[in-house]
Amino acid sequence: MIRSINKNFILYLLISIAFVSFSPYLFEDYGIRILNNIFIFIILAVSYNLINGVTGQLSLEPNGFVAIGAYVTALSLLSEDLKWDLFQLEDPAPWVLALSFDIFPALLLSGVVASIVAFILAVPVFRVRGDYLAIVTLGFGFIIKVFAINSPEITNGSIGLNEIPSVLDSYTIGFIAIVVVILILNIIYSKFGRAMKAVRDDEDAASAIGIDTFKIKTLAFVTSAFFEGIGGGMLAVLLTTISPDLFTFFLTFQLLIIIVLGGLGSTSGAIIGSFLVIGGSEWLRFLDGPIDIFGIQTDAHPGTRMVVFSLILIIVMLFAREGIMGKREFSDIFRKKR
Amino acid sequence: MSILELKNITKSFGGVTAINDTSFSIEKREIFGLIGPNGAGKTTLFNIITGNYKPCSGTVTLDGKNITNKKNYKIVKDGIARTFQNIRLFSSMSVKENILIGLENSTSYTYLEAMFRLPRYFLQERKISKRADEILEFLELEKYKDEIATSLSYGIQRKVEIARAIATDPKLLLLDEPAAGMNPNETDELAKLLFKIRDHFDITILLIEHDMKFVNHLCDRVMVLDYGKTIFEGLTEDAIKDQEVIKAYLGDFKHA
Repeated sequence: MIRSINKNFILYLLISIAFVSFSPYLFEDYGIRILNNIFIFIILAVSYNLINGVTGQLSLEPNGFVAIGAYVTALSLLSEDLKWDLFQLEDPAPWVLALSFDIFPALLLSGVVASIVAFILAVPVFRVRGDYLAIVTLGFGFIIKVFAINSPEITNGSIGLNEIPSVLDSYTIGFIAIVVVILILNIIYSKFGRAMKAVRDDEDAASAIGIDTFKIKTLAFVTSAFFEGIGGGMLAVLLTTISPDLFTFFLTFQLLIIIVLGGLGSTSGAIIGSFLVIGGSEWLRFLDGPIDIFGIQTDAHPGTRMVVFSLILIIVMLFAREGIMGKREFSDIFRKKR
Repeated sequence: MSILELKNITKSFGGVTAINDTSFSIEKREIFGLIGPNGAGKTTLFNIITGNYKPCSGTVTLDGKNITNKKNYKIVKDGIARTFQNIRLFSSMSVKENILIGLENSTSYTYLEAMFRLPRYFLQERKISKRADEILEFLELEKYKDEIATSLSYGIQRKVEIARAIATDPKLLLLDEPAAGMNPNETDELAKLLFKIRDHFDITILLIEHDMKFVNHLCDRVMVLDYGKTIFEGLTEDAIKDQEVIKAYLGDFKHA
């Protein structure tokens, strides 16, 4: 089993590296921007899938951890002078002024802060069985947003932060995405990944066979928070401006659509889902403008895009109940059907 | 020396006393049967031994070690493995992956070693993969190893569940109605298999069963429970003749 995964794995890895390397020659500026967005969403979706799909614990947290990551990275990258300029509501807190890192340490710090918060959430939540994680994480997302609005000395309140230096090019974003996907696949194809799937399939049986389910659920949750924090930091750099409104439940909802569409529990599915949902909703943008159907000119109806997009989603879910990939990966497709 | 010893175990749920002051011990390499009518408390007793329930009073000792209030996944490491009355295999996984889950505790590589694929990961994964193949071969399951576990027939699924329990390298194997839903042929085969497992892995087996022919053939000693109380403990052939046992199963004719 290990060998067959390796062979396929190297093939897909080479394709991904080639795609990232040649993408600047394949697309124009606008396309590159969307591609960067897709790469970041791949990071977010693949790590969200680890807790939600692989471990099977319904969690609604990504917007909170993405927000934490975005603010930590943004504050690390902004210079002291710029912070004095930006903070209009209240003077920045001293530790906010002192926070200054290069991009890679900043991203790492974002991940670490997000995972520490995740650990603090996990300890009470995973002590009990049931869907409490969904409730707690949903509330957590709102708390983070309220905190961001009401802590002007740290986050500059509802004005948000702008002029974040755009220090990541599309190669770097693409390669970080590849590395994150590899790391998460490494977890899934190890004893830890098997234990996570066991917890999803039957928690009682898992602990009866010697798995510390509390530890496994916490590991999955903290890991996905870590990479969501990093993804959030990259999102801040890509957008160069962030505000509390960016990190609403809609972000979580979008990621949920991505992983359900791709197939809950499938990493390949999360990648496909990111391309379809983020790329697809951009591609359908022409529907919002005036359309020329066989010579009949229609007026511009902003919002048509989302209607069509929803219809497509419904149709896909009707024909592929478990999402496009189900629980399979790319490497399973050419193997004998199980 | 006895491998498992229960002393004065009592367990009640609200007002219902499921287990009432029960004591027994099992010797090494014994096959011990736990029988009794429905609702007698057999599965409750299993859940107490495996740490799923905490007894209200009494102690459970495994190989001289008190395991009374330990968590269930820790008791597995101490050497007790179980199967369930209604088979509970991991439904998204192949037969071999199910066995590999049982072998998790025999590996020691860390999360980061897995994430960055350090040498210990490969070393230990190769080791448990080989061990899983050995167990599958021993139970004649190797041809099913890539099948999704829950897509197999009932009898095979039972065997996979036993294989998964064996993979945790137990001293004591608890089987909850292993012959339920099997035809006489399959039951005979299962009995042979259990003898084979006992001799090969040098383990003790404690099983719950209703099929008296199966119990008679397999078990050295039995304990009969009725309404949470021990009504008989001793050799299997004596149990069938015991008046109390007959009364528990068939009712008291005098008052009927």
